[in-house]
Amino acid sequence: MSDTKYTEDHEYIRVEGNQGTVGITDYAQGQLGDVVFVDVPEVGAKFSKGDEVAVVESVKAASEIYAPVSGTIVAVNETLADEPGLVNSDPVVNGWFFKIEIDDAGELEGLLDENAYKAHID
Amino acid sequence: MAGAETSNLLQTPLNDTHIAWGGRMVGFAGYAMPVQYKGIVDEHNHTRNEASLFDVSHMGQVAVKGADHETAARALESLMPGDLVGLKPGEMRYTLLLNDNGGIEDDLIVTRPAEAGTDGTLLIVFNAGRKDHDVAILKAALGDKLDIDTFFDSKALLALQGPKAADVLSRYCDLPQKLSFMNAAAATIEGIDVYVSRAGYTGEDGFELSVANEDAVKLAELLVSNDEVEPAGLGARDSLRLEAGLCLYGHDMDDQRDPISAGLIFAIGKGRRVEGGFPGASKVQKLIADGVAEKRVGILFEGRMPVREGADIVDESGNPIGKVTSGTFGPTIGSPVAFAYVQAEKAKIGTELTAIVRGKPAKGTVTKLPFTPANYVRL
Repeated sequence: MSDTKYTEDHEYIRVEGNQGTVGITDYAQGQLGDVVFVDVPEVGAKFSKGDEVAVVESVKAASEIYAPVSGTIVAVNETLADEPGLVNSDPVVNGWFFKIEIDDAGELEGLLDENAYKAHID
Repeated sequence: MAGAETSNLLQTPLNDTHIAWGGRMVGFAGYAMPVQYKGIVDEHNHTRNEASLFDVSHMGQVAVKGADHETAARALESLMPGDLVGLKPGEMRYTLLLNDNGGIEDDLIVTRPAEAGTDGTLLIVFNAGRKDHDVAILKAALGDKLDIDTFFDSKALLALQGPKAADVLSRYCDLPQKLSFMNAAAATIEGIDVYVSRAGYTGEDGFELSVANEDAVKLAELLVSNDEVEPAGLGARDSLRLEAGLCLYGHDMDDQRDPISAGLIFAIGKGRRVEGGFPGASKVQKLIADGVAEKRVGILFEGRMPVREGADIVDESGNPIGKVTSGTFGPTIGSPVAFAYVQAEKAKIGTELTAIVRGKPAKGTVTKLPFTPANYVRL
């Protein structure tokens, strides 16, 4: 069973057990435009909530991605190296950036649920 | 990712049209301008393959008039190093406004119209962000010699760019069969008076159409009604000009940067390199004779990570040897491309260089400009 939470910066974290899969929302990819590169973190790296953890680049600009929770990177989406366009075409299923082992599930409480995120982007 | 605040910005006559076409409006040089409609990569590719319409009405259209061509051209030549006296009727030339240190105050195009009754008139297009500054320089230096008229609030400028631009424009006038690259003439398109130049800033064949503000929407809608034509925004204009090797004022050059290190010696007339007579001439002549310390180069990078303005260029030991002034992912070339100023001895084509992006190295090679072939049409 999974539960998806959102940040005000338009990242999603899909939580399964003590791991979260992180990417940007469909709204965010539409705002960014064509993604040409994603700078993903290294497996094993540790981040605190709010740290800059990845960078997503369109033709126009680079946008920082912040860690939605504190934890350790356990996997990165290697497919994005060759197919960064997945972030645009399929941001939620195949266009994810990294999986993070969550230090403190309590940090998820401060994130937006789906309804709150929808209200945020309206 | 917040939307840009555009309420305090100037608007071009096409503002409502951009919004109706789905343009995402951003602030640029004090104007609300569309950065994109459907998407930058689509618009970039459409320009390379078909034809795109860009609104460049924010740029500064100016006319100067003197007693005759030579009077007007000589007056401008006191501020600009281009061979303007030598312009034939209907020809246009890229040149620069220089300061006494040889720094670049702006880059611009001067056109000598061919139409009857225009002798002594020269048309200038300045950059949007510099036009007020430039006109102040012109008025201070030449106000007693020339009539100087600005059309900032009365004329729009549309750029129709791409390999199908000539086909499209041929449906309305015969200028595509008559005008060579960097030539201009008046035309009437469906009853609208336009001044057409075969020029642009994308590396493709194309035309710029100067038109009265009140006719701008009608002309833009007419051009976009052609199947080949889609609107394109500032984002595509930037990636197209970068691949085409073309400088952007305020990024790749500024008032501290001389034209020789910028690789713009072609903007200085051959005779004028010897004769001088423009601001900063002695400094520019010394740089031509002795060489420059730094040169602008094109760099093609491995991988996909864009290398943008401000990135340091380093040598094998990590010592800084230059800085990127413009860079993006080039959609046509399929690689990150950039302009950088590097030490002159590192500027040779084929030199391998490294840029540092977020602490990571990006390997690149100094590459001949333009990155993509120029497709200008010379009849």
